[in-house]
Amino acid sequence: MTAVAEQTRTLTYAEAVREALAQAMTADERVFLLGEDVGTYGGAFGVTGDLVHRFGEERIRDTPISELGIVGAAVGAALAGMRPVVEIQFSDFTAQAMDQIVNQAAKIHFMLGGAATVPMVLRAPTGSGTGAAAQHSQSLEAWFAHVPGLKVVMPATPADAKTLLLAAIEDPNPVIVLEHKLLYKQSGPVPEAATPARLGEAAVRRTGADLTIVATGVMVSRALEAAEQLATDGVEASVIDPRTLKPLDAQPIVDDVIRTGRALLVQEAPKTAGFMAEIAATIGESPAFGHLRAPIARLCGLDVPIPYAPQLERAAVPQAGDIVRAAADLVRRW
Amino acid sequence: MDLIGDAGPAREALLTMWTIRRFEEAVDDLFARGLMHGTMHLSIGQEAVPVGACLALSEGDYITSTHRGHGHCIAKGARLDEMMAELLAKETGYCRGRGGSMHIADVATGNLGANGIVAGGVPIAAGAGLAVRMRGGQEVVVSFFGDGAVNEGAWHEGVNLAAVWDLPVVFVCENNHYGMSMSVSRAFRVKQLSERAAAYGIPGVTVDGNDPQAVHDAVADAVARARAGEGPTLVEAMTYRWKGHSKSDKNLYRTREEIEQWRERDPIARFEQRVANTLGDQEIQACRDEARERVRAAIRAANAAPDASAESLTEAVYAK
Ligand SMILES: Cc1ncc(C[n+]2csc(CCOP(=O)(O)OP(=O)(O)O)c2C)c(N)n1
Repeated sequence: MTAVAEQTRTLTYAEAVREALAQAMTADERVFLLGEDVGTYGGAFGVTGDLVHRFGEERIRDTPISELGIVGAAVGAALAGMRPVVEIQFSDFTAQAMDQIVNQAAKIHFMLGGAATVPMVLRAPTGSGTGAAAQHSQSLEAWFAHVPGLKVVMPATPADAKTLLLAAIEDPNPVIVLEHKLLYKQSGPVPEAATPARLGEAAVRRTGADLTIVATGVMVSRALEAAEQLATDGVEASVIDPRTLKPLDAQPIVDDVIRTGRALLVQEAPKTAGFMAEIAATIGESPAFGHLRAPIARLCGLDVPIPYAPQLERAAVPQAGDIVRAAADLVRRW
Repeated sequence: MDLIGDAGPAREALLTMWTIRRFEEAVDDLFARGLMHGTMHLSIGQEAVPVGACLALSEGDYITSTHRGHGHCIAKGARLDEMMAELLAKETGYCRGRGGSMHIADVATGNLGANGIVAGGVPIAAGAGLAVRMRGGQEVVVSFFGDGAVNEGAWHEGVNLAAVWDLPVVFVCENNHYGMSMSVSRAFRVKQLSERAAAYGIPGVTVDGNDPQAVHDAVADAVARARAGEGPTLVEAMTYRWKGHSKSDKNLYRTREEIEQWRERDPIARFEQRVANTLGDQEIQACRDEARERVRAAIRAANAAPDASAESLTEAVYAK
């Protein structure tokens, strides 16, 4: 856990990721980056920035446009003793590399009976909100969470962007880190020290008596915004951010729902077979079930590809106002 | 390395080819008798490729392998008893019963794994080569794959990465003329697959894949280039699989005559003729006997081992 006493400064989410990369590369010479335009260009979202000047082209390695090859090369390098960190320009393009992610990286440790490990990290900007339309805006976390052997991380704050990435790099397993592209420019306190977070530890961002809101990625800040508005109307909401979808830290969610008796689950991804279905089932299977005084509610992206027009794009995924309405409705009706 | 006139290497090549042949005949038989489950892909008829190629490698060098990987595994120095134990679903198998034939690996001898995905090992080999380069090591990676693999995106991406980064990788294509039932003449417009190397700016050669010496010479040259920092090479070894693609193959896509013609070019029989003067009849017979005995011992050891335990099934999903 990040101790309160820790030294922090204000950094953007992108700067926090870059700082984690730099600290990990300084501490361990096996760590290196590969991806499209991560070198002189500085990364499609500017995340790698000037790292190439600090660590050189060997370790901040520009690749040809070949996602499957890049991830495959990371798998091979990890098997042969390195700690590669891959940047995929948009998480949508992991579809090109799915074989190497799902059939190779995720399974090698198991298929070999534990004889080899694949300590690699795949970072990918995820989510909508930039007008980039259907092939550059998806939220695919459920794809990865469904595959045994992968760990899945969704940092929602600059501090988590840093400390969870450090944890992902230290982890001996393949870890998918889904960074939300709308968060890159947001700033917040970030610890100076290179202390990794623990994967599998949810964050209770706010505690309230009336309902429990579980949210991931950019929905965490929207849920917090909604909770502030709800409070002015006398509705007090907890906001819980799982942070790692796999492994999932369900206990704080279950405990909170036992207290509040109401659960509103918010995700940007389309509803059908999304990750919040998993959270709903987890609550339903837990002792919290007996404490529910309302049906579990899900507020998710529509089952549509992300559209281009800004008004359509906004309508496709939950906004803070939608969360306010859904929460108020839940509390009022039940 | 002279595999023909030099008794040491000649013996090693012959013994390893026989070991692969006997191992695969044995698993074929165990399978037919219902003593081994799953499926498997036999490389009978192709033994000269892994043997010739792996004799060009040193300790510490890596390979990536394919669904037809028993020969690669054995030629790289794996233990027969652990291989057999894996195929017989034993706890003592290389993968504790989790991998089987298609995922067999021996990380200790540099075998980074067989692969159930056609061309899956090609970018992985590039990555292992990248790791070697970044560590300043001298090791080389040989990536084995079939003719069918070179039409996969993974193949093109992996070969291109190795080429643009001058990685120490040797791409060894076992052209056995078929990807399942798809013949090379229907799958390519090029005459020889080694021509594909030109598209990546690397050397490509085609050799007789039923001649371990020819395979060895080409791979040894490629390994020397790779160690010298000159980057990858594509070696195409022309060979043939005698058996079906896997266990369900009815061989409807090729003729008996064609199979017979290739059986007459048996890499092992031909090699025995060529090394007759170097080794002598007795030594050749000794190689055959030793191979058979090694395989029998492996089966005995594997049969005596405990079955893989379902109690530990969820172990090794994640590394600790
Ligand atoms: C990506 C993928 N596609 C298809 C298959 C099914 N399959 C397994 S082996 C094989 C043929 C491969 O041919 P080739 O690469 O020439 O190797 P060979 O079997 O001849 O050794 C096919 C189609 C697979 N395992 N993986």
